[in-house]
Amino acid sequence: MIEASFVFAYLGFVLYIGIFAFRRGSRTGEDYFLANRSLGSVVFLLSLFGTNMTSVSILGSSQQAFSQGIGVYGLMASSSALVIPVTIFLVGTRIWAFGRRFGHKTPVQLFRDRWEAGAIGTVIFAAQACLLVPYIVVGVKGGGTTLNAISGGAVPEWLGGAVVAIVVMGYVFFGGMRGTAWVNAFQTTLFLGFGLVAVFVISHGLGGFSNVVERMLADPVLKPLLSREKMSPYVFFSFMFIPLSAIAFPHICIFCLTARRMESFKKTVIFYPLCILAIWLPCVFLGTVAASDAAIQAAVRGGSGDQVILLLLKQHAPHWLAGILGAGIMAAVMATDSQILALSTMFTEDVFAYHGGKAAFGERAQVLTGRLFVVVVTIVAYAIAMSTRQQIFEIAVKYAFTGYAALSPLTWAAVFWRRSTKAGALACVMVVAAGLITVAILESVYPSPGAIWTLGEGPAAFPVLKRVSTGIVFYEGILPVVPLTVVSTLAMLLVSLMTRPPSGSTLRRYFEIGAHDKPPHQGTHA
Amino acid sequence: MTKAALATLTLATFVAHQDFWLWTSSEPLWFGFLPPGLAYHGAHTIVSSLLLWLFSVLAWPSHLEESGS
Repeated sequence: MIEASFVFAYLGFVLYIGIFAFRRGSRTGEDYFLANRSLGSVVFLLSLFGTNMTSVSILGSSQQAFSQGIGVYGLMASSSALVIPVTIFLVGTRIWAFGRRFGHKTPVQLFRDRWEAGAIGTVIFAAQACLLVPYIVVGVKGGGTTLNAISGGAVPEWLGGAVVAIVVMGYVFFGGMRGTAWVNAFQTTLFLGFGLVAVFVISHGLGGFSNVVERMLADPVLKPLLSREKMSPYVFFSFMFIPLSAIAFPHICIFCLTARRMESFKKTVIFYPLCILAIWLPCVFLGTVAASDAAIQAAVRGGSGDQVILLLLKQHAPHWLAGILGAGIMAAVMATDSQILALSTMFTEDVFAYHGGKAAFGERAQVLTGRLFVVVVTIVAYAIAMSTRQQIFEIAVKYAFTGYAALSPLTWAAVFWRRSTKAGALACVMVVAAGLITVAILESVYPSPGAIWTLGEGPAAFPVLKRVSTGIVFYEGILPVVPLTVVSTLAMLLVSLMTRPPSGSTLRRYFEIGAHDKPPHQGTHA
Repeated sequence: MTKAALATLTLATFVAHQDFWLWTSSEPLWFGFLPPGLAYHGAHTIVSSLLLWLFSVLAWPSHLEESGS
């Protein structure tokens, strides 16, 4: 329980940060939801990275590496290190500029104003909200798993999940965006600092990495983990599409609005890949070499698949250090805070304020509504997390990452393509919704493994669609994210070209510098 | 011209990510312990950071800063 006491002390500290931020706040909606658009470069980088560094990064990556080997780094990390900063550079800076100019607080406000779309904005809100919940569930589930493992099973997963949910709810409720950003910045610093210590301690405990790797090379069962023999090149290629989801996630989009100056983006895009390197490479490497440890293999076979990195810590680090490092892992797991705040911001801005709530009841009521929504979302996410058995990585990739990657054409079109229309945006959302529902139905109907759709017969048969243990794949392993993103992009393009573009005045406001009139769609709908 | 060069570099970095030639290689180890597939992608990540540095030096959208303030 020594390790668990460090984690509880850490949880108390981040709760204090949230309450401290509450005292510094000015009680306005702009302050609660966007920290008054005042984050400096360092906090912006650390908190944006911390927001993206979830339990998938720490628990999911090491668990996947344990079974698939070192290829997991290229699969999720080096692809993200390229795609995410490029999209933040190209799209995030534009979202920041439009937000400053027109006062947007959410992506839906941007879409409604940019495409002169009212009801369609509500459809986009609904789609985004439905896809964000699984991501929040991942965080809550990861919290329960982590506390359970760190305490040696003394804290059951349901209680661990509840404690994490209450702490996150607490500092988001009180501190809003400022509290969330400070906590994320602190968490990232903690993890970057102590992660390095973890690598050295575990290396020493395993007898040195060179020795472990040499042993694995000599073992025909373990050797494939040091290459990508266990990984399909089609899956590897498919994962290049997953990081497109980052800029489409509402919490990342909203985070882009919090920077004080656009200069803050500069450091963020340059250092973002290096932060990924510092966190993911050790996690994947440690997850891979953990496969050589008989005790960890036995624990994983016993159902502790998500706990590989925690098991390594418990075995090879002294109690006090395992506690501090456990708190660092907890820091990554708790990145769910921004998603909860984003959902709250979206509800209060895109539903409550848009339908007249802010005009009727005032700004204080809007902030109170946002805080109450934080409580509701957390309780719902906790209930779902405790009633599902799927592993963390699968839940996140299948629904949240795939869905948002396929929704990314919305954001790109809104900030770059003058000719894009609200009908094109609606078509894009409908394609994504239909695609995800189809995938879910096919997965539940067809047994694994098995063919779903094959062209021709015999040895020359061409497998179009297959059911495998991880879900649905096209051809020999292309994940649904690829065709879904291609089709949603085509839907956006073709339907936009067939329908009437927004008015000239709206296009001038967005694409001609100097035309700074206020948007007609801001404020209330009624 | 600059934008075209950056776009080409980005595309090249994207293509370099699909390192099929290292697919089944588990040796030689880099620094005595890193498998080549992992070391290559670690280096690829550093190249991505350099690419973004080039983006910020050669194609920083300063007009957005002016229009956003």
